[in-house]
Amino acid sequence: MATSPRSVIGDLSRRGFMKSTAAVAGGLVIACYLPGCSKPEEVAKQSGPPKMIKANAWLQIGTDGSITMFCDKSEMGQGVYTALPTLLAEELGVDPTTIKVEFAPPGNEYVNKLLGAQATGGSTSVREAWDKIRMAGAEARTRLIAAAAKEWKAPPQSCSVEDGYVLFTNRRLSFGELVEAAAALPPPEHVQVKGHNEFKYVGKVLPRFDTPSKVDGSAQYGIDMRLPGMLYAALAQPPELGASVKSFNADKAKALPGVRDVLQTSSGVAVVADTWWQAKTARDALDIQWAAGPAAKLTNASIYAGLKTASGGQGLDVRKEGDVAAGWKENTRHVEATYELPLLAHATLEPQNCTVEFRDDGCHVYAPTQVQQMAQSAAMKASGLPAEKVFVHTTFLGGGFGRRLDVDFVPAAVECAKAMNKPVKLLWTREDDTTHDKYRPPARNTLSGAFDGNGKLNTVKVHLVAPSITSRWAPGAVPQGTPDPFAIEAAHNFPYDVPNLHIDYLQHEVGLEVGYWRSVSHALNCFTVESFMDELAAEAKMDPVEFRRSLLGKQPRWLSVLDAAAHKANWGQPPAGRYQGVALMSGYDTYLAQVAEISLDGDKLKVHRIVCAIDCGQMVNPGIVQAQAEGGIIFGLTAALFSEINVVNGKVQETNFDKYRLLRINEAPSIEIHLLNSDEKPGGMGEPTVALVAPAVCNAIYAATGKRLRKLPIAKQGFLI
Amino acid sequence: MIKLTVNGQPRDVEVAGDTPLLWVLRDSLGLTGTKYGCGMSLCGACTVHVDGAPTRSCITPVESVAGKAITTIEGLSPDRSHPVQKAWMEIDVPQCGYCQSGQIMSAVALLKQNPKPSDADIDAAMSGNICRCGTYPRIRKAIHKAAAGASSQTGTEAG
Repeated sequence: MATSPRSVIGDLSRRGFMKSTAAVAGGLVIACYLPGCSKPEEVAKQSGPPKMIKANAWLQIGTDGSITMFCDKSEMGQGVYTALPTLLAEELGVDPTTIKVEFAPPGNEYVNKLLGAQATGGSTSVREAWDKIRMAGAEARTRLIAAAAKEWKAPPQSCSVEDGYVLFTNRRLSFGELVEAAAALPPPEHVQVKGHNEFKYVGKVLPRFDTPSKVDGSAQYGIDMRLPGMLYAALAQPPELGASVKSFNADKAKALPGVRDVLQTSSGVAVVADTWWQAKTARDALDIQWAAGPAAKLTNASIYAGLKTASGGQGLDVRKEGDVAAGWKENTRHVEATYELPLLAHATLEPQNCTVEFRDDGCHVYAPTQVQQMAQSAAMKASGLPAEKVFVHTTFLGGGFGRRLDVDFVPAAVECAKAMNKPVKLLWTREDDTTHDKYRPPARNTLSGAFDGNGKLNTVKVHLVAPSITSRWAPGAVPQGTPDPFAIEAAHNFPYDVPNLHIDYLQHEVGLEVGYWRSVSHALNCFTVESFMDELAAEAKMDPVEFRRSLLGKQPRWLSVLDAAAHKANWGQPPAGRYQGVALMSGYDTYLAQVAEISLDGDKLKVHRIVCAIDCGQMVNPGIVQAQAEGGIIFGLTAALFSEINVVNGKVQETNFDKYRLLRINEAPSIEIHLLNSDEKPGGMGEPTVALVAPAVCNAIYAATGKRLRKLPIAKQGFLI
Repeated sequence: MIKLTVNGQPRDVEVAGDTPLLWVLRDSLGLTGTKYGCGMSLCGACTVHVDGAPTRSCITPVESVAGKAITTIEGLSPDRSHPVQKAWMEIDVPQCGYCQSGQIMSAVALLKQNPKPSDADIDAAMSGNICRCGTYPRIRKAIHKAAAGASSQTGTEAG
């Protein structure tokens, strides 16, 4: 990149065009559009390379008219590579498909304001970009218009933009022609983004920009990095979580073909070889003695017994309304239920990997990461180099799901490349990946409800017990005495009208590292809250949809998605032999309801259909919204049916996809997504549909059998799938 | 020295004969479109064609395919013009995209054998290919679309 990747930029109003200090390399390049010419083939060639001028942290305009976006979110399937350039293009006044997209380097200017770190996660990408990226485009457009107006001595308000040109009457100037003059102007006093009725691209189904490269094998993931002279590394990590290397014998491994060296790293023992298969083969021949760590005695039984014991205590208040103690005492028709959720792995299909090369200017890290600054920090620590000498290049991610918010695959790659003084690609095996994840936390949630004498719900208590991810991931970020916001989702916004409500969260660590897993605590708490609402409906002898409706009078957005899903699913009238279950949630500023339709043949469960109604506010690309909704449902159904990580004496038992089963096409239900029109601000869509699947399916199983499932996965509760 | 034919080109590789074809394609020949997912023939990300048959390259020793015609995603078409690639683009199937080379290679093999597959045929042929992003509804739709496109094309030729 031409400009310093670490230049910190002030707020948007003062963020002027920043001239690059160097032009783009590459000899004779197209220089600029001639006035009146719009097609690239008509562009005249000049001897000098075009100048690249950085308008702001996200936008670069060349004197050749080229537009480059520095996309500050990682593309892991959720569509930012398409949606974010669309937002920029909409305001700038160019066709989004003409924008070249590069992933942004580490930098404070790219800190995600909704997360407080440079991170792609929490279904924040579009929500955070909505104002920021549109303003970045609008500010540049305002300047380009001002430059053209000055040239023509025309009033700026009479000028417009279209497809990379500023227009006034029958005159036009290209952005490439204007960009230098625009950069010299003082910052505009007033910048106005478009109104919803003016959108040309936002809200339309544009084909994803990354699809072509993903159907011909050319898309570059981290695992695909190839550098001249590159070596390959495979890493032996402790089989028991938290163990460390005591000693090792590499004689056998070193005698194998292609092996260059065997290195002890901060996280295990690495074999570096000419090919990855040679490295992996030699790694398997290592003889390593491991020193037991603090998790050596950890087993499933101890994890869940610990949660149970802890749940006897009182947590931090999340919400306290009315008088719960009195409500509970005075209204004696009680319902209580405890729900238990398992540890889960992320299972990104691209295993963790990282490629590192030390060059004259410093350490270059190529990684499929969701956190560029954290990857940089990890590489700084491992290399001993300062930030300005550590460059992080983000590739496409072969799945993220929160796994790549951690950077534990970075240090060993840096250590190997440094020791070998050659580029090294370090790749984990599938088994490494499953057994060395940062697992989705387990939870034990107890819910209680009391009805009054008229059969009205009077009191609800929600007691959440689970580890805190944030206290590990960002120590100190959660103020003392307040609950981890990523532990209480889908409970803290309990929507149902009840006079007395108490929600508390008790942090209980279980002895292994837990991580953010697609939909995070929504998946824990939506399962418990929506399962419990079904239990309350049964106690009230009411239809589950009607029961929820009766408590949502003050919640129009919740109610409208519930009604839409019930209507589209033909609630209450399933085909013969089928049973329905419902779940409702709001998360990431999105409102959703799902209806699952199942059948049972003895113990054999089949999920036939899932209907999902969604109000996610203004959509940038409804095609991507729909795809995320569909994919999230498959992801959630996988977990509901099959997923569970088991620990025995500190060792994770699941290794590959034979033991950690993922849903396949023949097991996928028919999925119907109904997107409600809305002008509300955009809601996140990468994650929310995941969380509703388990309660909707379990509630359908109750409808079919009268059996309540208070533990997951379903396959371990006496059902065959 | 092992003599291979990859995407119609003769390629000689100096590797141990028991090296899985996947790593020869990716690391020796630079054909990184074929992906590693499990190494145990469980996920299908590594699917290529050997003499036209869908094959999991992660468990296929390279010596066993010497002299046979190997086709990878890169060899399917020079310009994404294969009907399955076109259908994949029209339906916008990929999300993260990591599994899609394998999905496409399995779908191409299915349609070659069975130009008009039913949903059950698709289930049978595609259940070896995992998509963690959950693009299954679109994969199914794209296969039907490719089948319809191919049959209408045949119809035109016949007419």
